[in-house]
Amino acid sequence: MSDGRDRKERIDRGIKVRSDGLYAVSSLREMLYLSGPRILLIAGLLLLPLLLDPFPYWRRVINILCVYALLAIAFDFLANCVGLVCLGGSMFIGLGGYFAAVFNVHLHLPVYLSIPAAALAGAVVSTLLILPCLSLRGVYFAIVTLMYPLLFTRVIEAFDLLGGSNGITGLDSFPGSYLENYSILLILLAVLFGLRRVLNADIGLVMHAVKDNDQSVRASGIDVVRIKALAVFIASFIGCLGGAYLAHVYMWAGLSLFALDFSIIPIAAVTIGGGGVLFGAVVGCLILVPLSEFLRFFGTFRIVLYCTVLTAFIVFKSEGLMPYCTRKYQQLERWADA
Amino acid sequence: MSILTVEGLDKTFGGLKALSGVSFSVKKGEILGVIGPNGSGKTTLINCITGFVRPDEGKVLFKGGDITRWRPHKIARIGVARTFQVMRPFYSLPAYKNLIIPLWSPRARKEGGWRGGGKHGDRDTVAIDILEEIGFERDSRVPYKLASTLPTGYLKRLELARCLALRPEVIFCDEVFSGLSASEVASMLPLIEKLKMGGITLVLIEHRLRELFKVADRVMALQFGEKIAEGHYKDVIGDARVKEAYLGIEEI
Repeated sequence: MSDGRDRKERIDRGIKVRSDGLYAVSSLREMLYLSGPRILLIAGLLLLPLLLDPFPYWRRVINILCVYALLAIAFDFLANCVGLVCLGGSMFIGLGGYFAAVFNVHLHLPVYLSIPAAALAGAVVSTLLILPCLSLRGVYFAIVTLMYPLLFTRVIEAFDLLGGSNGITGLDSFPGSYLENYSILLILLAVLFGLRRVLNADIGLVMHAVKDNDQSVRASGIDVVRIKALAVFIASFIGCLGGAYLAHVYMWAGLSLFALDFSIIPIAAVTIGGGGVLFGAVVGCLILVPLSEFLRFFGTFRIVLYCTVLTAFIVFKSEGLMPYCTRKYQQLERWADA
Repeated sequence: MSILTVEGLDKTFGGLKALSGVSFSVKKGEILGVIGPNGSGKTTLINCITGFVRPDEGKVLFKGGDITRWRPHKIARIGVARTFQVMRPFYSLPAYKNLIIPLWSPRARKEGGWRGGGKHGDRDTVAIDILEEIGFERDSRVPYKLASTLPTGYLKRLELARCLALRPEVIFCDEVFSGLSASEVASMLPLIEKLKMGGITLVLIEHRLRELFKVADRVMALQFGEKIAEGHYKDVIGDARVKEAYLGIEEI
């Protein structure tokens, strides 16, 4: 500070000609600069099962990691792009899982048909169930989505529906463990880039506007409830995909699919990875899920460590990892004369 | 011919009578000013007409058709737009992206023809065109700035621009001049005249009487939710009840 260089200067780097979101790409180097992080993510995810080939246990962790990533993307999309705080991750997993079980065990649909069919059915049911509270603002949406999974658990137990507390067993598994890995990885990548495309289109802008100010959207001649319903449908479809997949991996659909973990961990992941950018949700899961596996060695003490890490992130990097890294990647910081 | 008619509008909030038996009509292409002291029911009147608040009694007719208690987006879709007194832009979007939302609505896509609809890039161009029309300098960076970084003058214009993007027939303006400097208001007045020339019917709620009277064809005064006078502004401010309720004895 004493040498008079007391101002931090930020300089855009990488692309020579750009203005806000527009780039004039003029060389291979610049194209690589832009697509580098994306290629890294795609290649990294796709290589993960091969790299972990000697560790079958960790290859199973990839599967659950991807399911959590799907839920985190759905949460991030609803919370930061549409403005709905959804605590219903476990509802999506449960509905997707049970639908997959019914389609596969009772209707004998093959794995690759029962997963999309279950996701679609689950999304329709979730949307219809959530529809009544969509016209309300405030905490109602969060409470209702939190309540439904609890309701389902009790109803299934009490009336001994769908196998009662034993659940439905005998689902087909995937033909091989690599197929198991790559199915969910491809689903995750498709969801990630597909959803980003939706958000960059005009409909994505409208959803963003609903978050900013729903009254103005109404005054602009757009039915807010319809937009919210569409968003809930998309998010629950993504969540149910994960649920249906999980049921096939476990070859079983039961009450534990409605576990609160599926609602909470995605939120923690989005907090760590950074909200508003869908990649942040994936990055958050890439950190949290393996961490929670590592911490298993510590027994019950792991919750303490887990919470410490989470709190540290919230206190020291509250914006989230992804926005932080994006800034570091795009801008050069240096001390300059004030 | 009257484009919008309001008959006996009543609205009570708890024990408070916000509107009681307000009736008026607006002719196509005219500018109607609505004045009245704070709390006289001006904003509630707009809210009732545009569907944001449900009136207890009364009727709202648009071109002869009953639109009472329609939901806000339906009313916007038939061409009745409104601005908000407390500005409600989409703060996290750039100014021109604010207009994509009304341009995306079914009405703009139908009425705007090739201009309002079509491809993504097209809508951006239309948005910039509308902003230029409303006083955003095209060649400056202002249309591309985030709405949260714009000063009040531009935000008021942005509210109007959002209405215009709907290709409306009637616009209700809730205090578009408030919070603006005298020179800013002076630059808004020709804009209002231009909209009128374009065949748009305007209802202006205002506290800035001097400026309002320059553009308004007719003025209506409210007090305690009741209409107390209507007509040419000279007659209205000459009216004893208006003087007593609102203007005092001061000369304008």
